[in-house]
Amino acid sequence: MSKIRLLVGTKKGAFILTSDGKRKQWEVSGPHFAGWEMYHLKGSPAEPNRIYASQTSGWFGQVIQRSDDGGKTWETPGGEPTPTPGEMPKGESNKFVYEGEVGTHKWYDGTQHPWEFKRIWHLEPSLTDPNTVYAGAEDAAIFKTTDGGKTWKELPGLRNAKGHLWQPGAGGMAVHTIILDPKNANRIYIAISAAGVFRTDDGGKTWKPVNRGLKSQYELPDPEAEVGHCVHRIAMHPSRPGVLFMQKHWDVLRTDNAGDSWQEVSGNLPSDFGFPIDVHAHEPETIYVVPIKSDSEHFPPDGKLRVYRSRTGGNEWEALTKGLPQKDCYVNVLRDAMAVDSLEPCGVYFGTTGGQVYASANGGDAWNPIVRDLPAVLSVEVQSLP
Amino acid sequence: MIRVVLPFHLRTLARVESEVQLEVGSPATIGSVLDAIEAHYPVLRGTIRDHGTLRRRPFVRFFACKEDLSLEPPETNLPDEVVSGAEPFLIVGAIAGG
Repeated sequence: MSKIRLLVGTKKGAFILTSDGKRKQWEVSGPHFAGWEMYHLKGSPAEPNRIYASQTSGWFGQVIQRSDDGGKTWETPGGEPTPTPGEMPKGESNKFVYEGEVGTHKWYDGTQHPWEFKRIWHLEPSLTDPNTVYAGAEDAAIFKTTDGGKTWKELPGLRNAKGHLWQPGAGGMAVHTIILDPKNANRIYIAISAAGVFRTDDGGKTWKPVNRGLKSQYELPDPEAEVGHCVHRIAMHPSRPGVLFMQKHWDVLRTDNAGDSWQEVSGNLPSDFGFPIDVHAHEPETIYVVPIKSDSEHFPPDGKLRVYRSRTGGNEWEALTKGLPQKDCYVNVLRDAMAVDSLEPCGVYFGTTGGQVYASANGGDAWNPIVRDLPAVLSVEVQSLP
Repeated sequence: MIRVVLPFHLRTLARVESEVQLEVGSPATIGSVLDAIEAHYPVLRGTIRDHGTLRRRPFVRFFACKEDLSLEPPETNLPDEVVSGAEPFLIVGAIAGG
């Protein structure tokens, strides 16, 4: 009997929700790291009981946590006391330092501003090595560990991809999405709010912007600029790594050539503003978004929480409403707060800023809340376990 | 022994009770007590002061004997009452509004 484990990061701690393959009865464990902002938790595909978590605080900064038993117990790798007396402790699991000259990026007033590390938004464990993880940082940069989170090193080539032109939006300037190509170990895609999508084809040494086709009228002086677009999320089906779907600040788009060009597929959505986007586990042309009214009003149109599904890779969308509140609902669904499992039929999950986590065990046809009253949900990941 | 009171979140992170006691060489300063904390609890490196610059994080404050020592330089000697263990050195999460 298969098992499902949801890893839920919230503004005030982490929660782990488990169920059997029927996905009807759920057990809730948590809060883990109560009171801390848990931006993201993700398990290693190579060793699913190895889970990494980004724990942050406006007071005390960044901490990386790791579990080797599926989230029952946690440790801060590298945070143990130094055995040799007199030697300075390392504590390097929390140490994220930009490589070389820190450099500058564009500031709100058009001047240049030095990069300043704030937090880790997203952790992406390697598909094959449980000790290798990529971390997406605010201010935007990508870091990598190859020793299970003890030490982190920046891949500075990303900031060379016109980093001096990147400018934070109201939500900050963070690498919030990291996608590893399962068929090409040297190819990685990342997305940065208010900078765009970037791709490396050499394992992270060099990166290039891949934003052709994105249009940001009223947001950029040049609506078709090479960088500066506020990409909210990108998603890929592992069987087709060259096809990506994007929820931008406004517009839903797709690329069929690894980001070299994008086409809008917003079609009949009631609003093409939103944050998450995801792809069905078994149907690469079936995608999900949660339309949000506008950039000024971060809640669903008409107070109706609706997931929209396209079975045609975009353009034609249907509202999924069964089990979701259809009046007086004014929550948001953040960019990292949607996930799909790999069971049959595919399970779809999302968390809201109102603290609900909704699950569908039938590809989105019907939904049920697993929990209703958590702190605001920042991220949802799912693990399908044997 | 110098007594140090950590804020709630750092106590849970370091897995300690409300107060920790540390041996600190003479003269005991703000900087040397922070060095001692980090030596005993490396997980706290970067949470009280910046990894690289060793500057106090903006929303962390230091108090002792009802005095705010947050803005004093690291080489500032701790009060005698703290050095003798009569009074604790307090590390506090600042009120940050909201």
